[in-house]
Amino acid sequence: MNVEPSVRVEDKLYYNRYLVDIGHPHVKVRAHTTPSAELLALLKVCPARCYELNDNGQVEVTVDGCIECGTCRVIAEPTGDIQWSHPRGGYGVLFKFG
Amino acid sequence: MIEERFDAIVVGAGMAGNAAALTMAKRGLKVLQLERGEYPGSKNVQGAILYADMMERLIPEFREEAPLERHLVEQRFWLLDDRSHVGMHYRSDDFNEERPNRYTIIRAPFDKWFSSKVREAGATVLCETTVTELVRDDRERVVGVRTDRGGGEIHADVVVLAEGVNGLLGTRAGLRARPTPNNVALAVKEMHFLPRETIEARFNLKGDEGVVIEAAGTISRGMTGMGFVYANKECISVGIGCLVADFQRTGQTPYGMLDHFKQHPSVAPLIAGSEIKEYAAHLIPEGGYKAIPQLYGDGWVVVGDAAQLNNAIHREGSNLAMTSGRIAAEAIAEMKSRREPMTAKNLSLYRKMLADSFVIKDLKKYKDLPMLMHTHSQNFFLTYPQLISKAMQNFVRVDGTPKLEKEKATLKSFVKARSWRGLIGDASRFARAWR
Repeated sequence: MNVEPSVRVEDKLYYNRYLVDIGHPHVKVRAHTTPSAELLALLKVCPARCYELNDNGQVEVTVDGCIECGTCRVIAEPTGDIQWSHPRGGYGVLFKFG
Repeated sequence: MIEERFDAIVVGAGMAGNAAALTMAKRGLKVLQLERGEYPGSKNVQGAILYADMMERLIPEFREEAPLERHLVEQRFWLLDDRSHVGMHYRSDDFNEERPNRYTIIRAPFDKWFSSKVREAGATVLCETTVTELVRDDRERVVGVRTDRGGGEIHADVVVLAEGVNGLLGTRAGLRARPTPNNVALAVKEMHFLPRETIEARFNLKGDEGVVIEAAGTISRGMTGMGFVYANKECISVGIGCLVADFQRTGQTPYGMLDHFKQHPSVAPLIAGSEIKEYAAHLIPEGGYKAIPQLYGDGWVVVGDAAQLNNAIHREGSNLAMTSGRIAAEAIAEMKSRREPMTAKNLSLYRKMLADSFVIKDLKKYKDLPMLMHTHSQNFFLTYPQLISKAMQNFVRVDGTPKLEKEKATLKSFVKARSWRGLIGDASRFARAWR
């Protein structure tokens, strides 16, 4: 019934302003061999598509485009799959409109 | 870093934090407000509607100064299926009043302005500072904070946690539970820019009049969720949100749903030809009354989204945030003027005052609705919108079928989809939860 439109999240993130804290990612994925159901859910639910599968089938995170909503924290922090902090003061997404 | 001691530290410069800091500073308290963004508002996301009454209680003259977008003269509720909407529109010239009741706003400029009033009132506002930890004494009382600027602890009699829905401090310190996928929604939003004449023509507006549209139905694909379209002066806020648990269960993507909503034949013409300038996402507390955590303790109070104070049914959030921030500040100022310590027992005044306000009363009224919407989301967000749309089309399309046959067909489609028992059950469940 519903045809998923082809959406490029990267294009959406391009509208935003970020100050990336190079070398200090505020979200980390716990090392794993097989991803948990929670980690796999993040591939779809993250609105900035920060989570992707690598060639070995493990979930990786790239925080550069993160919009700091906290959805991944709600899903995958309780299971210990990820560690979540706020970026250091001043860094991260900077909404012009919000 | 900061050697002096404060009466209060406020964590966060959103609606709740600004209301709290402003109220305390106005009453002569020595206030430090810490904000992790580059400027107040740079981390804040909202639809956004501002309710004048709650703002007026904080800054009576805000209408002359604040960056407001449009005052609302019209509210539209839409029930959507894939190709149509059944709408209820309320428009009244009464809303073209001298002191309008509701405005659309854009949070970053608004929060910057709000913060300037906090500074003017005498509070110290420190941006680009993430609070990393609450400091407690040997009796577990909160006595201050640590920040990522280093330099040790900053002490205060009380810490106001206005850290938002995803606040880490309170949950890390064990003062309240982390939000769960069942009690927060994820909303995504884009800002679509158009010339103001175009917006006014498309929404049937003149001058600074405004319209908001709230939409539910098949756009959320059976999940508990809503879409919205808000007219600002020179842009339109378009967004959609669903319960995180539903996203997790269905594997739908938030941006996919947003683009689908934008392509809906009732929405697309409103934003056609616009230039998108921002894409944001934010969690919204949806747990209602039952999700409200402990609101105070020795040396701390929690306000706004961090305390799950949001009325999802009426789409009221920032006014509950402002009001809880103001009331917490009033309770603190009261203790200060009595020279009494910020103990849990004394700060319970905040909870009492909040219970007497619309904030707790409204949330209590709807205490069963979040769960009902969640457990029956397929019916309320998919089946009924489709049935109602079909019924409306059947009603208005003229094709030679006798009206009695049409009515029978409509009734049959409802009974077939939900059964008599289901229809009556849904109606009574909804009525009970609403009351």
